[in-house]
Amino acid sequence: MERPLTEHIHPNRPALNLKEYEAVGGYAALKKVLKDSSPKQVQQAVQDSNLKGRGGAGFNTGMKWSFVPMDNAPRPKYIIANADEMEPGTFKDRLLLEGSPHQLIEGMIIAGYAIQADISYIFLRFAYKDAAKILRKSIQEAYDAGYLGKNIQGSGYSLEMYLHTGVGRYMCGEETALLNALEGKRATPRAKPPFPQVSGLFGKPTIVNNVETFCCVPHIIAKGAEWFKSISKSEDGGTKLYGVSGKVNKPGLWELPMGVTIRELIEEHAGGMKNGLKFKGALPGGASTDFLTEQHLDVKMDFKSVAAAGSRLGTGTMIVLDDATCPVGFVHNLQHFFAQESCGWCTPCREGLPWVEKVLLSLENGEGKKEDLDILHMHTKFLGPGNTFCALAPGAMEPLESALKYFADDFEKHIRDKKCPYHN
Amino acid sequence: MLTPDEKHEIDHEISILPHRKAAVIEALKIVQQHRGWVNDESVGAVADYLDMSPAEVDSVATFYNLIFRKPVGRHIILLCDSISCYVMGYQKLYAAIQDQLQIKFGGTTSDKKFTLLPNPCLGCCDRAPALMIDEDLYTDVTPDKLAEIFSKYS
Repeated sequence: MERPLTEHIHPNRPALNLKEYEAVGGYAALKKVLKDSSPKQVQQAVQDSNLKGRGGAGFNTGMKWSFVPMDNAPRPKYIIANADEMEPGTFKDRLLLEGSPHQLIEGMIIAGYAIQADISYIFLRFAYKDAAKILRKSIQEAYDAGYLGKNIQGSGYSLEMYLHTGVGRYMCGEETALLNALEGKRATPRAKPPFPQVSGLFGKPTIVNNVETFCCVPHIIAKGAEWFKSISKSEDGGTKLYGVSGKVNKPGLWELPMGVTIRELIEEHAGGMKNGLKFKGALPGGASTDFLTEQHLDVKMDFKSVAAAGSRLGTGTMIVLDDATCPVGFVHNLQHFFAQESCGWCTPCREGLPWVEKVLLSLENGEGKKEDLDILHMHTKFLGPGNTFCALAPGAMEPLESALKYFADDFEKHIRDKKCPYHN
Repeated sequence: MLTPDEKHEIDHEISILPHRKAAVIEALKIVQQHRGWVNDESVGAVADYLDMSPAEVDSVATFYNLIFRKPVGRHIILLCDSISCYVMGYQKLYAAIQDQLQIKFGGTTSDKKFTLLPNPCLGCCDRAPALMIDEDLYTDVTPDKLAEIFSKYS
């Protein structure tokens, strides 16, 4: 089984430095591209590989790049790595950032070449202190070796790279809010269109991709689009970093062919549920994805299959709900997070989420009424897609709506018994 | 007034950006790094230096939860209170911290040693529950480990 992204990451050994990375074939893909390929050819190769964005939205990466104006384009153009990883339950990019920084940098330079970007940023969340240190060192190594800066490897192509470390707020992970944060503003979302590909950072053409997405790029260039598709078990190309957290025997993170089943992840890789506990459900791809339950255990973890089951692959890092954890308390915790992280820019999200949180808290405290369930159902529509500026509130409603559907008995029992059946 | 060191660091940020205002988050981070927190006077100083109004600077400073507009202790404890840590029982850690340090979320110990803040997800959900003190990450934390962890800080 091939693990291109994590092959050279070992938990007990520091990340490869530039020389070591070159010794295992690193930067060969970049050199190949600079020598043999036009920017459009790189875009096409990535599009053909069917690489879909690993940050959660799942859009074809090569196609996203193809929207950037190329001839007589406004300058400078920007390429940005979204390393803000703040989706609760998500811990996959940390491994790539700390374990293989040059893989990310090489992927970004190739992507930068494909859209003829002039400046690149890595937008890193504050909590990843070790990643910040190693990225600073690695970026400097890449400059010293002539992979960054003016006239890279004598090709005539130039790219600057900067590391930006954040100061909190989940909103910064939203593509357009991230751009506002980089511009020194409040991280509120922007209206689309115009899309960032045309008018992004400081009003210039900009591509923002997730860390894992960039890390796939050198391998696609080195081994080809067909190879990338062949290592997947689904129609989406490539491997995926899958994670499992919650009360399983071996919580962790694994690079596996895209499209392994939920059952395989939980039973084989995460070692099954902890003693005496049963699987009740899971959020397949972070806090803002719909619950899947026991009937979905054989669903393949790829974008299309998870969507067909009524949820989203999201980040591919799963949070497991066991039968001894209260689903109402679980969803209350999520809504507390979303209410707190709402940027306040649009009314349904700013006003609706705190209301949802309070209703759930009163249910959890045994003070809920039957009508509260109607209020919750109503909010899943009011805060759903199309009614808000960005995807935060609709994302928040995904676990709520699905919990109301799959765990209706639990919600009703809280109201009937006037207490939480799990906490007493 | 900004110190020469602060100005020097902010100037570097301005040099790689298309206009001065864009450096405001970096400037706030720099000031906080030197002074521990960002008081009203610091907001005014940053505003003057970047040709902004104090209100504009404050609207940014108050948006980001890790820019501190109130005094904090010498060390910041960030306790993850989001979903994987909820499932794995961060509540027990919170209770133990309240007991040992006599502070709730948002509070600072009377000796000004620790400030305790909730934090959504530290990105190590497979090793939950987790907390961070300054730059140090602690994972799979249990209440009985807390005293030893706290003793490392002065």
